[in-house]
Amino acid sequence: MIKDTSLTARLWSAAVWAFIVFFVVNLFAMIGSVVTSSFATRWLGTWLPAGWTTRWYGSAWAEFQLGEVLTVTFQAVFLVVLFSGLLGVPAAYALARRDFKGKRLLMLLFLLPLLIPPITFGIPLATVLYQTGFAGSLAGVVLANLVPTVPFVVLVMVPFIEQIDPKIEAAAQVFGANTSRLFLHVLLPLLLPGILAALLLVLVRTIAIFELTFLVAGPTSQTLVVALYYAVFAAGVRAVQSIDAMAVIYMVTTLIWLVIALRFVNPTQLVGRPREQAAH
Amino acid sequence: MTSLDTSLPRARNATAPVAPEAVPLRQRLKAQGYDGITLLALPAAGFLVLLFVYPFLYGLFLSFKPKAGGLLANYARFFSDPFLYETIGKTLWLAVPVTLLNAVLAVPVALRVRDIRYQRVLTTILVVPITLGTVLVAQGLLNYLGPQGWFNRVLMTAGIISSPVKLIHNYWGVFLSLLITGFPFAFLLTLSYVSGIDRNLERSAATLGAGGWERFRRILLPLILPGLAITFCLSFVQAFAVFPSAVLLGSPAGPTRVISIAAYQAAFEEYDYAMASAIAMVMGAVQLLVVGLVLGARGFLYRGSTAGGKG
Repeated sequence: MIKDTSLTARLWSAAVWAFIVFFVVNLFAMIGSVVTSSFATRWLGTWLPAGWTTRWYGSAWAEFQLGEVLTVTFQAVFLVVLFSGLLGVPAAYALARRDFKGKRLLMLLFLLPLLIPPITFGIPLATVLYQTGFAGSLAGVVLANLVPTVPFVVLVMVPFIEQIDPKIEAAAQVFGANTSRLFLHVLLPLLLPGILAALLLVLVRTIAIFELTFLVAGPTSQTLVVALYYAVFAAGVRAVQSIDAMAVIYMVTTLIWLVIALRFVNPTQLVGRPREQAAH
Repeated sequence: MTSLDTSLPRARNATAPVAPEAVPLRQRLKAQGYDGITLLALPAAGFLVLLFVYPFLYGLFLSFKPKAGGLLANYARFFSDPFLYETIGKTLWLAVPVTLLNAVLAVPVALRVRDIRYQRVLTTILVVPITLGTVLVAQGLLNYLGPQGWFNRVLMTAGIISSPVKLIHNYWGVFLSLLITGFPFAFLLTLSYVSGIDRNLERSAATLGAGGWERFRRILLPLILPGLAITFCLSFVQAFAVFPSAVLLGSPAGPTRVISIAAYQAAFEEYDYAMASAIAMVMGAVQLLVVGLVLGARGFLYRGSTAGGKG
């Protein structure tokens, strides 16, 4: 860092910091107001609620059938993580290790679902899923969510596999390892950190992904974030504290996984780096 | 990658010149890079063809088969009904300013933050709103920005305003929600670009007597701009597809009736999938147009090494 001690440089630096602090304070205050409200007995026209209670959590749990919703959410997320790994990792391996005709086209196929926002391709996708009878079920939710997560795993894993020296695999073959032993004893241990990171990113993203689930879910296949949307949408039907309690449950579910994920990955990876990054 | 690609010459070793047809198909394919390993990409590619390419093409096909009228009736209806075509303008009026603001704010913040010690803490905090998603941010802002919320209370206590500002159920509610999820996104992308710029370039400029603003304008900005164009595109497509916050925080019948709402209503309230697909196609086309314009302009920018050294 170049030390610049002129007055304008200091003022500018202070202004940038002021903005950062302002943003972070507002972010925390926004989250804080949800948490505060969820513990409030009654909160109208004052800085803080009149009293504190935890009963909204019980009533939110019962009113919104959060037991079932959470079960569906975890089932869907688990299946999405599993299948995006099973489909994405082998594809990434092929793309990292082989140069073939049509590779650029294939890369484009894996890039497009990440560049086109879910609501744009979600509407035709939902139409097809409704006509084939998958929509409204857990299978439909999983299928729809896999559309952006499979390419995501591919794009995260390709650079990871490229940096593993192919000579290691060649050496194992020279020493007589067959395909299954090569996979189990050489490839899997080498790939595991990358797979873990990619799948954790998928997990965090899938809990929060709203549009695709919203478009294809039926009453029995709602995930937590979709249930939260309907609750906020129908605000006024239920006490606002009850909705906030549900929002807190949602936040806790998401943030636990974020904290776990951040032990293994960099926060910048969550937004998905553009491919060009690797070219520099 | 090339270690196993000796198949072709070896096949020709047997007898001198062999017609290409005599080389087994398997080896000819292998010479082009198709072998057992390449096949591993098939399941994922097949899945995406089935659930991404096919639905998209089907939607395109369906959009030309309206419930009533000729081939282009859906598109004709979209562009003649102000309730529908105005959604394009309304969505752009939200998405473009907020994306520009996010991208412009991200640059100085990323430059300031790139070499502080606790960068990881800040990036972790900023990834939280992205992780929580738009629905939760909408609910949070409904509490926080509401007439009785803390934001208005602070402003009133500080004496800046005398009565609460209306910030929810209008344009500004959606704008602010796009800022709170969009700024961290733009910032994290910009940070990864900025971190790739060699510090020595700036140091040399400083040695040669360039001040802070000049270093930014002549060294950093030209290097950041191509990345910033990508950041703009990625942030723009997200903002353009705004849906939950436009419904929950905006006025979905008025100024924030964005194009996603029109598409959703056509599909799930009127059950007119053909019309919904047509709107989705228009939406995709507008996005493509804006992204194409930005990337086209990017072609004029410097796109070379961000590393220092001789060259």
